Amino acid sequence: MSEVKYSKKHEWVSVDGDVGTVGITKHATEQLGDIVFAEVPDAGKALTNGGEAAVVESVKAASDVYTPVTGEVVEGNAAIVAEPALINQDPEGKGWFFKIKITSPDELAALMSKADYDKFVEENPS
Amino acid sequence: MSHLKTALFDFHKASGAKLVPFAGYEMPVQYPLGIAGEHTHVRTKAGIFDVSHMGQFSIIGDETVCKQLEQIVPIDLSLLKLNQSKYSYLMNDKGGIDDDLIVTKLEDRISIVLNAGCKHNDIKQIKTVFKQPAEFVLHDELSLIALQGPKAVSILESFIPGVSNLKFMNGGSFSFKDKSVYVTRSGYTGEDGFEVSIANELAQTFCETLLTNTDVAMIGLGARDSLRLEAGLCLYGHDLNPEISPIEADLVFGITKHRRETCDFIGGSVVKDHLTNGIKKKRVGIQPEGTIIARENAKVFKDDKEIGLVTSGGYGPSVSAAVAMGYVDFNCSEVGTSVELEVRGKKYPAKVCLLPFYKKSYAK
Repeated sequence: MSEVKYSKKHEWVSVDGDVGTVGITKHATEQLGDIVFAEVPDAGKALTNGGEAAVVESVKAASDVYTPVTGEVVEGNAAIVAEPALINQDPEGKGWFFKIKITSPDELAALMSKADYDKFVEENPS
Repeated sequence: MSHLKTALFDFHKASGAKLVPFAGYEMPVQYPLGIAGEHTHVRTKAGIFDVSHMGQFSIIGDETVCKQLEQIVPIDLSLLKLNQSKYSYLMNDKGGIDDDLIVTKLEDRISIVLNAGCKHNDIKQIKTVFKQPAEFVLHDELSLIALQGPKAVSILESFIPGVSNLKFMNGGSFSFKDKSVYVTRSGYTGEDGFEVSIANELAQTFCETLLTNTDVAMIGLGARDSLRLEAGLCLYGHDLNPEISPIEADLVFGITKHRRETCDFIGGSVVKDHLTNGIKKKRVGIQPEGTIIARENAKVFKDDKEIGLVTSGGYGPSVSAAVAMGYVDFNCSEVGTSVELEVRGKKYPAKVCLLPFYKKSYAK
């Protein structure tokens, strides 16, 4: 079973071997409201932990999605570009943003478990 | 700095609104329904907007009030019929627009609805043109509540009998819970609807009464913005400012026809010049060709030359597409002109288009 970790910027990463699948949390989607646009990185793009990786837009505003791990993009999710509502419907499943080949696996230790993330959200209501 | 609150502040909070600072007030940007849901609700049913932050201003006096006000508001107020409303603006001496407004003629007064962020300066500017005595009242004791949407007429009629007889941009005095309210058939959403001027202490009861009809929902500023943008309507401070003339803003209908000849108002020489010799830039609709959303301050290009700026842009839930408006060089303002929009450093194709993006017919 793959391990899922969470960042303080409300991304999740599900790790399978050396490939991580990254998306935004259900909490993040609830804060954003109806998502009407998504932009994902192309395969081959190098990303650095904490850097801008993708874009998500609601009716109200555009927001950056950051990568919680350093690595090289393997695939961007074309499905959410074609149908951004997928992100609202299934944020931690079909609504994933990109797959990334993780080059610094040590970074994962700094991310939160599901229980810790839930506690973080509770303590930091926006 | 603490923000002002409308009479409905506690009611908004209790209704689950997310409150944000807006024009000095703490206002609901959205309710649990969410911006897209609220937007669609107004287009299909009816929604309540608290617009009490806007200035409800009266100038009370004799027949000289109209003539004096006409120095700064370029419509012919004497042509207004009793209870008729008109869209116009407050001019400055550079020919720019200091605020856009709705004026209504009542028996003993001219009533004006001003934008929240401009109202105090507006009143100062209006007073400067008055040489004969008049009484100026900013009605802080009144709330302004809009009910907008295709079902607004039948719903409001059920609680305030008679309002369905009002024609668009006309108003009248009615009664709600035995208290007098002034209702105009108007709004800023591109839908049929009403704006109800009502005593602060009755505002919450009025909303609660409307909400007993399950087709009614509370709507925040977020959906107000997407609704007015789809309807091609300007937002002051974004699409309009003191440096932009009514001609550049493509709002010439706010100047009465014969006054476009005389231009006998503050800033009239600039307007006359713009009407006679043309303008350098013009407000237009801009339709992105793909799904890219260009928001306020996105640059507009034509053949790699910067030719303008988006002043309002976003996603239009009722047209299921990105929509924008902005100012472009006049020679690029023709409908159909291909342009490019710069978003996050990349350029995307778009076309100059007709406004509005969304059109509905009003009750004439």
